[in-house]
Amino acid sequence: MTIPGTPTPAPGKKVNRIGLALTAYRGGKSTLCAGCGHNAISERIIEAFFEMGVDGQQVIKLSGIGCSSKSPAYFLGQSHGLNAVHGRMPSVATGAMLANKGMLAIGVSGDGDTGAIGIGQFVHLMRRNVPMIYIVENNGCYGLTKGQLSPTADIGSTLKNGVVNDLPAIDLCALAIDLGASFVARSFSGDKRQMLSLLEAAIAHRGTAMLDIISPCVTFNDHEGSTKSYSYVKDHDEPLEEISFVPFFEDISVDYEPGTVQAVSLHDGSTVFLKKLAGDYDPTNKSMARRVIYESAARGEVATGLIYIEPNRPDFLALLNLVDQPLASLPAEKTRPPREALDAIMDALR
Amino acid sequence: MTPPELAVQEATGRSATTAVVNDFSIQIATVNGSGSQTANLVLLRSLFQTGVPVSGKNLFPSNIAGLPTWFTIRASRHGYSGRKKEIDILVAMNPETARDDVLGLAPGAVALYDEPLKLNDVRDDLVFYPVPFDKLVATVCPDAKMRKLVRNVIYDGVLARLLNIDLAQMEQALGKQLAKKARAMALNMAALQAGFDFAVNSLEKRDLFRVEPMTATAGKILIDGNAAGAIGAMMAGVTVVAWYPITPSSSVCETLATYMRQYRMDKETGKATFAIVQAEDELSALGMALGAGWLGARSMTATAGPGISLMSEFIGLGYYAEIPTVVFDVQRVGPSTGLPTRTAQGDILSTAFLSHGDTRHPMFLPSSPGEVYEMAIEAFDLADGLQTPVFVMSDLDLGMNTWMADPFPYPEKPLDRGKRLTAEKLQALGEWGRYKDVDGDGIPYRTVAGDGLPTYFCRGSGHNERGQYSERPADYVANIDRIDRKFQHARTLMPPPVIDRADGARIGIIGYGTSHWGIAESRDQLRQEAGIETSYLRLRAFPFSRDVEAFVAAHDRVYIVEQNRDGQMAALVKLDVDAALAPRLRSVLHYDGLPLDARTITDEILRQERK
Repeated sequence: MTIPGTPTPAPGKKVNRIGLALTAYRGGKSTLCAGCGHNAISERIIEAFFEMGVDGQQVIKLSGIGCSSKSPAYFLGQSHGLNAVHGRMPSVATGAMLANKGMLAIGVSGDGDTGAIGIGQFVHLMRRNVPMIYIVENNGCYGLTKGQLSPTADIGSTLKNGVVNDLPAIDLCALAIDLGASFVARSFSGDKRQMLSLLEAAIAHRGTAMLDIISPCVTFNDHEGSTKSYSYVKDHDEPLEEISFVPFFEDISVDYEPGTVQAVSLHDGSTVFLKKLAGDYDPTNKSMARRVIYESAARGEVATGLIYIEPNRPDFLALLNLVDQPLASLPAEKTRPPREALDAIMDALR
Repeated sequence: MTPPELAVQEATGRSATTAVVNDFSIQIATVNGSGSQTANLVLLRSLFQTGVPVSGKNLFPSNIAGLPTWFTIRASRHGYSGRKKEIDILVAMNPETARDDVLGLAPGAVALYDEPLKLNDVRDDLVFYPVPFDKLVATVCPDAKMRKLVRNVIYDGVLARLLNIDLAQMEQALGKQLAKKARAMALNMAALQAGFDFAVNSLEKRDLFRVEPMTATAGKILIDGNAAGAIGAMMAGVTVVAWYPITPSSSVCETLATYMRQYRMDKETGKATFAIVQAEDELSALGMALGAGWLGARSMTATAGPGISLMSEFIGLGYYAEIPTVVFDVQRVGPSTGLPTRTAQGDILSTAFLSHGDTRHPMFLPSSPGEVYEMAIEAFDLADGLQTPVFVMSDLDLGMNTWMADPFPYPEKPLDRGKRLTAEKLQALGEWGRYKDVDGDGIPYRTVAGDGLPTYFCRGSGHNERGQYSERPADYVANIDRIDRKFQHARTLMPPPVIDRADGARIGIIGYGTSHWGIAESRDQLRQEAGIETSYLRLRAFPFSRDVEAFVAAHDRVYIVEQNRDGQMAALVKLDVDAALAPRLRSVLHYDGLPLDARTITDEILRQERK
């Protein structure tokens, strides 16, 4: 049996399939704290887009407000980026994709940006299944305003100053699944390999790919008593499967014992291979996905991996029957009706 | 039979005995949801087809069914389109309001009413016409369930006879309303005829109002301002529309969707050259419009006051990150929920400066459906040209009521997408910065995703001329000052005011939007009744052209007429003109939610003049 590992460039190979080096995917220098989980996520984003050979000119990156939302400036420097208002990135991303459906959109948000001020827009993004990658860099606190609790903080988790959180956490993955999201994953900024495979799968998916990545805040939420500290998450990380990603452009044949690995085909022809770890987990089964989230949370564990996927759900743009050319670049001949059209409208009003 | 126009009504107190031709208002009082819309539009349209200038205003409740509603039709041979304060002819169909409706009439007015209401007991100085609606409808509509649908058309038939409107015109108007529904047409025609016949047989003409054919409506159309805005947006090539339902703006996007499905499907593929999305709220609606504008699409949203308030933060992003989009604000009465189905010009000041920090936004101020159409097209060009959100400030009176208009001209000017960087331009410039003012007008060159040109990070946080994050004081000041240069430049790009200067007039009037219709008529009243000549400046855009200051300087007193409590436009004018001129400015304010009428303006100007 051969389980493919994450495809890694052969030694000495410096460029990807479109001839670009990894450096072409880098952005500005991070101004986040040293050791911040968000920087590890930015690194994996850079790697994933490099590995997938995506043209940065075809990518738009968006974010809301907060530490997480600063990070799009630190990756994909060749792409257009937009820093929206707090919690409202989903609508801007939706409008941008309506304008140019040929783009690949990646949005980065935080647990406050998504779970608190932006929960309304998050809800409707998931419901619409707008084609984009939506990453929540989840550290259970507000970093940029110096460590207040966020809605994803677990009940009983403490702040540095001893304040105990007495409200239940919003589980963004459970919420996304309920809302009809077509790709829901959870990962940990300390698990490079899992994160990379999930990001590559997210790039290959058509629809909203929601990744809730636990990303400890080393400054305000990394202490004893916090359930979002690096050590807590490391000790309680419960991967659902061993995930491997084979992109459409790599000709890799895979042999495995029936029943041990689940292969899921994605929109662009890529495949995700999921080697089963926890019993008989099937991420295409919605009720199983819900159950695993609730059960692991009840045990104080963090279930990570590809939690739910519905690869063929039509995305929002597909429902709108749009012309093939991006709406933003349609010529006036296509967007200004002819004189006869106006005449007909006027005649009907006489 | 005595010709009706010669009849003298002793009890009315009217001294004139000559007919009042093509100059009256009709108010129809019904219950919301009782199906009076068809009957009212047939009456309006039949007058229009007879060549008489008309306007129709619906005073409706924020309710689906059961509350009182009034539809007012004004016929004016002079072409006055504003609301007439006095009701000349009342059609009282609503038992709940009938008594008050009758008590509100001036002596000599006409009250046509449902006979069981016995309104003739209320007072004795009106011309009463009782009509047994239930009895008449039963004769033409055996199916009791259908009666509600045709009952109202009976008053059309009665009025056709009383006012001398050709029944054939009503039939034609009915055909237009009911399209090809043969059964409905037959039923309605029978009801129309029943009303007409009843009037012939049972009512003696005792009032002076009368319709005579004119030719003043030849070639014209009937339309509401929201539909005009929709047509303008479509002709401007809008591609991304995001909106959230709210009275009185919903029909902008709903009408747009109807037209787009008809005229904007790609001929070869049958696919849409547009996306129209109903968002989850106004924040999201504007967010989508800005996202699309960022990527280079022509985008828009339409809303009303509460939505404008919600959009405040996002508009700041559009302003500071310099993203084009167009916002239609169909104003209604605030604050808060206010009177959702009544008209106002109450969002002027908040919209001009919408969002925190130093912000100022261009606003178009249309007065008529024709202007909504033209300004909609201009707004998209200006948004692209200035790279900023642009507002079209309509109101409920303009947006939802029925106006006469000239057919809209086909736009001859090609779409102007503003300063977009090209490979050639980039070569000529040598280096490019997203927010660098290379032409001295404050307007930089922009790139959009997918164009293959240099990229930048678009943000609402402080940035330098290359779009990089910056907290440097000098960068902030240079940038915010350049954005103001764009705004100042807009003074020359937007439609100038329409100025009518009367020789030697010492009094000036400034108005905008739907206040125009009352002002135009009030100027005639001031001249005819008090011998006062006035000059008039009608604002069509903010920021103002320099003509506004010159106009104020040329008059001793300038009345700014508007539909809000606080004199919002007056405040903007005061900010804009030389401070020494400010004492010349006075306000005429109307803010009860009803469309502004001439009499209110005339009375208030005379009151202030006599002080």
